[in-house]
Amino acid sequence: MTALLRAEQLGLIGCQVCGLVSRAPSFADPGCSRCGSALRRRKPASLSRTWALLLAAFIVYIPANLLPIMRTASLGDVDDNTILSGIVELWEKDSQALAIIVFSASIVVPMLKFLALLVLLICVHRRSHWAQLQRSKLYRLIELIGHWSMLDVFVVALLTALVRFNLLSSVEPLPGVIFFGLTVVLTMFASLSFDPRLTWDHEEPHDRE
Amino acid sequence: MTENERPNEGLDQLPQPIVRRRRVSASWIWLVPALAAVVGASLVVRSALEAGPQITISFQSGEGLEAGKTPVKYKSVVIGIVHSLGLSPDRNSVLVKVNLHNSAESFATESTRFWVVRPRIGLGGVSGVDTLFSGAFIGADIGDSTESRKEFIGLESPPSVTHGTPGKSFQLHAGDLGSIDVGSPVYYRRIQVGHVTSYQLDADGKSVSLHVFIDAPSDRFVTQATRFWNASGVDVSLGANGLKLNTESLATVIAGGIGFQDMPGPQDDTPAPADASFVLFGDEATAMRPPDGEPTYIRMRFDQSVRGLGVDAPVEFLGIDIGHVVSVNLDYDEKTEHFPIIVGAVIYPRRLGRAQTKLAALAAKHGDGEDLAQTVGVLVAHGLRAQARNGNLLTGQQYIGLDFVPGAPKAAFDPAAKPLEIPTARGSLSQLQERLDSIVAKLQKVPFDKIGNHLDETLGQLSSTLKHVNTELLPELKGSLQGINKTLGSADKALGSADKAFSSDSPLQQNLGLTLEELQRMARSLRVFSDYLAAHPEALIRGRRADPAPRSPPPPAPPPPPAQGSGP
Repeated sequence: MTALLRAEQLGLIGCQVCGLVSRAPSFADPGCSRCGSALRRRKPASLSRTWALLLAAFIVYIPANLLPIMRTASLGDVDDNTILSGIVELWEKDSQALAIIVFSASIVVPMLKFLALLVLLICVHRRSHWAQLQRSKLYRLIELIGHWSMLDVFVVALLTALVRFNLLSSVEPLPGVIFFGLTVVLTMFASLSFDPRLTWDHEEPHDRE
Repeated sequence: MTENERPNEGLDQLPQPIVRRRRVSASWIWLVPALAAVVGASLVVRSALEAGPQITISFQSGEGLEAGKTPVKYKSVVIGIVHSLGLSPDRNSVLVKVNLHNSAESFATESTRFWVVRPRIGLGGVSGVDTLFSGAFIGADIGDSTESRKEFIGLESPPSVTHGTPGKSFQLHAGDLGSIDVGSPVYYRRIQVGHVTSYQLDADGKSVSLHVFIDAPSDRFVTQATRFWNASGVDVSLGANGLKLNTESLATVIAGGIGFQDMPGPQDDTPAPADASFVLFGDEATAMRPPDGEPTYIRMRFDQSVRGLGVDAPVEFLGIDIGHVVSVNLDYDEKTEHFPIIVGAVIYPRRLGRAQTKLAALAAKHGDGEDLAQTVGVLVAHGLRAQARNGNLLTGQQYIGLDFVPGAPKAAFDPAAKPLEIPTARGSLSQLQERLDSIVAKLQKVPFDKIGNHLDETLGQLSSTLKHVNTELLPELKGSLQGINKTLGSADKALGSADKAFSSDSPLQQNLGLTLEELQRMARSLRVFSDYLAAHPEALIRGRRADPAPRSPPPPAPPPPPAQGSGP
């Protein structure tokens, strides 16, 4: 079996929005003649963008974990919690199930994203052939779970809005939650800017030879 | 082949892309991590800049303190946060490490004080209620010192005066604390102008020192002549004006308090300097009394019971309170085999006022010196005696009265004795009591029983007699009375008849007239006869002679009519 033909080899380019297939243009920055959206063979500067965003997300992730994300005040007892201390507190107060949920959403998922993107990026750089299928599955997984890591931010936003009993109890967001939200957004952008097709790109020279 | 061709042919018919506006360079994306790095770095720098000195405060207890949570506040502004809690090496205290903010570096100096603010509920008020819910925090108060310091010993209770409060602090000395506590109010003319800041037992353990803080501007009313008194509780006095109930304020009744005021009259009214010392008197009356001067100890020996005479009973000289009793002791006299009672008292000669100065001047003139003993000696010679007197008839409380007792027997007085011994006399009431006793004794000798018995017997007899009279005598009396009545009736009749008999037309009356006439005649004839006899005595023997002359008898004939009334 000969290798499957690629659009590039045929001088074709597909619109990612409306699906119109056009001729590969000779000029830069082509647009779809039907819907006007940009036509790109691959996401532009995918690797560098992903790297940059991933790095930024990682930097922001440090204060997100160190700074308190939420202040709960009940009957004057003010309590500032970081993500980890909140999890520990939940665990100690016999809400292990909740602790696990928060832990996986706030710690595991972002870390998983970092690692997965890191693996994907490194593999692309090394033009690795290793576990290409699994890597694309991994990418889809990242896309899927990425939204869930906003859980913490939502919890804080909801509590802040709902728990307003002045003296009795109140919840206030603290800077940590902003950094955490930034982390989540940045990792989402990073995974968006990553082009999974890159995983398969460097196959061609192999096959041609 | 055609299948292969078809797409190739179709490819030519595919639309050409349009030209789009040029996009921004992709390399700008690196600004995002750069920005994140800058923000992260700024956070690090900020926290590094904010970090002030770390100090260690030791407390007796770490109650309510939480690492990483408990703030340190000065005037309700957070100046630091507790970093960690730990025990001291000797396990006697809690070491609290506090991270002060950078701006609060000046608090890490010598005179700064730290204490734990907890809710405190006392009689004088409630403080730190907010900490009930928010949890304890560490309060701080800065001082004047600039000397840097990292180790502090925390106060166990909040200082009652914070640094820089305008006003003055004064020291008071008292025998005991009473119901005063830290925070108890200080009143000037019943306005609260300050409070008690601290108290402690003196080193010798015999008195108490208090510190009070008087807020400006009232601190200028504390002068050299100011007297402080314990205004705690209710002062109830029963005087000639009736019952008087006096209290500084309702709060002092419960929580205690201190009042102060200048002595009446012209006084040294320069404001007292800060930290000046004053005596804290027990009550306002004592405080306002003129100074007593040096006390003199006197002793008295009583031979009768001094029931009702207690320590602190007043000693009065002519009704003026000049001292009080300090001891009442029993003694035994071997010679007389009596139990005399030795009463010790303290008197203040200055309380005698003008009299004392004059007496002293007099004594000086006589060259006796100002010794009280000489003066007292003179007074004793004039009859000065101590008496245990009843001050209150209801309670039997007694006091010592020094008074001039007229006709008191001469008493020995030794002016050299120490302490002075003042001769005593029986109290007026005890004398009265004695007399009453003797009267009672005499009364007791009267055989009331016997008298009673006799009386009873007599009365019995009387009763039987009366009965006898009733039953026997009275009926008889009745009979007699009837008899009398009858008799009287007949008497009445008799009288009636007598009356009839004596009436002018009665035969008796007529007979009587005739009889009288007859008697007249008889008397006339008798006179004639006697005249005849006188003239003729021989007629008795010879008989009557024949009338010589019948005419001679007429002379005696005329007198018969007058002799009719004065008959025989």
